[in-house]
Amino acid sequence: MSQAVYTPPPVVSLIQRRSLIVGAIGIAVCVIGAIFRPAQFLNSWLISFMFWIGIALGCLALVMLQYLSGGAWGLVIRRVLESGTRTLPLMALLFLPILFGIRALYVWARPADVAASELLREKHFYLNIPFFVARAVIYFAAWIALAWFLNKWSRRQDVTADQRLERRLQLLSAGGLVLYGLTITFAAVDWMMSLQPEWTSTIFGILVIGGQALSAMAFAVAVTVLLAQYEPMSHVIQPRHLHDLGTLLFAFVMLWAYFSFSQFLIIWSGNLPEEVTWYTRRLNGGWQWVALLVVLFHFALPFVLLLSRDVKRNARTIAIVAVWVIVMRFIDLFWVIAPARRAEHLAVHWLDLAALVGSGGVWLGYFAWQLRKRPLLPVNDPHLQEALNHAEH
Amino acid sequence: MATGDRRPALYGVMAEFDNPDAVIAATRRAYEEGYRKMDAYTPYPIEELSEALGYHRNRLPLVVLIGGLLGAIGGYWLLYWTSVIDYPINVGGRPYHSWPSFIPITFETTVLVAALSAVLGMLALNGLPMPNHPVFNTPNFELATRDRFFLCIEAADPRFDHDATANFLRSLNAREVTDVES
Repeated sequence: MSQAVYTPPPVVSLIQRRSLIVGAIGIAVCVIGAIFRPAQFLNSWLISFMFWIGIALGCLALVMLQYLSGGAWGLVIRRVLESGTRTLPLMALLFLPILFGIRALYVWARPADVAASELLREKHFYLNIPFFVARAVIYFAAWIALAWFLNKWSRRQDVTADQRLERRLQLLSAGGLVLYGLTITFAAVDWMMSLQPEWTSTIFGILVIGGQALSAMAFAVAVTVLLAQYEPMSHVIQPRHLHDLGTLLFAFVMLWAYFSFSQFLIIWSGNLPEEVTWYTRRLNGGWQWVALLVVLFHFALPFVLLLSRDVKRNARTIAIVAVWVIVMRFIDLFWVIAPARRAEHLAVHWLDLAALVGSGGVWLGYFAWQLRKRPLLPVNDPHLQEALNHAEH
Repeated sequence: MATGDRRPALYGVMAEFDNPDAVIAATRRAYEEGYRKMDAYTPYPIEELSEALGYHRNRLPLVVLIGGLLGAIGGYWLLYWTSVIDYPINVGGRPYHSWPSFIPITFETTVLVAALSAVLGMLALNGLPMPNHPVFNTPNFELATRDRFFLCIEAADPRFDHDATANFLRSLNAREVTDVES
């Protein structure tokens, strides 16, 4: 069993091809949208960008978390997570429309608006275009560097079975998690919070981190169940692995809900005009129904379903819950981002869908391509045999 | 002592094994033979053994769920009653029924009552505290906390037949097969 190579099944190449075709069509529609409806396109693109980079960065965080915590759950999904981290260079490319559309997207980037607002003049030392661009470069450099070393050393472990690499990966992960926490907090402020620059929330970065961990966990569960339908992973994935992954998914659903509610409770209690308007905009004009959808189906439904041991141990049901959570992650981001610069009333634009499909198709295709490159398990990880042991010896 | 009537009632027949694999194999065989009322005693938890015994669902999750729901309803009701009905105070102009600020405490009482029901429910469903148990009448049984593995087929099992069951257990490579008096 230890000699098995764990080659990815052919279905991965099929997903790669189909995703890229669908993505190319989506991107073509986005280009048309960008020409005729640039402002709308940018808002839609930002939502999808934050959604897909959320999965990629969540993968990065979970890989590092698992090096520090250990656990069989992380070994069976490590290659899925690593492939997710290797999509970060692609995300840097998909960030370009936002970079070129700063003025259309962010009110603080428009000189006339800044001149008219004392608040924006006060915040100008941080919210200005050169500094914004420089920060984005730093974030991507940090994330891509972390992903590069994590993948490189993990691959070397496959080939050389050098036992010292584990320690090195743990040290990198310890520092890397701190770096991830700091960079994503600033990135969340830059890319999402500054859409309404009058608004501040100190928990916002943590909330974004919770959302990314949840997205990545749900994504990893969905991909793992898919891979478990085929050789060779059909011999590897056992109900107890799915049980552990389902339990972690449950924990991240709770964590996200906890952060989300904390932000709401504090702002609701304070009831200060510069803070609470963020929520009043999102709880009126039709957006309240989206909020209700998020509370019921992003939190309550997965929470209740994941309480059940049977749901977690059954590949089919846990995959359905995971895909459902991924869908709700998008709706949550839509509710956070879309109302910022859109009409008072709830509106869904065809470009929202085009951006999701365009960036998503390309991202999934790229992900599948990365997944194909390496064995589906870290074959020389010192804990692998222990993680794969069958209950009945 | 010869009269059958004065013989102490039988709790079951106990087989003693040297190693975990033997007790797991024996338990599987016993389950295949149709025995259901049986239990195994080992120095440490063996996951396969509970499955071999025909892992039976217990009602503890239901007890915890009901406890949690009662905690949630009770906690919310306590807050509602104190701040809306019994002693309403205007805090910064907020409504008396300020549901967002009720949620943290409702959550806490949910967890509290659920956790208490888990502990008390576990004790109740296990019939604890129990000062003594017939299996302690087995010779060598104290080794179940060290390096021996025991399987007991209980007399209450419908398929139980003293001689046949004892012979069956002997056929499974048990070190020792003894009667357990109740």
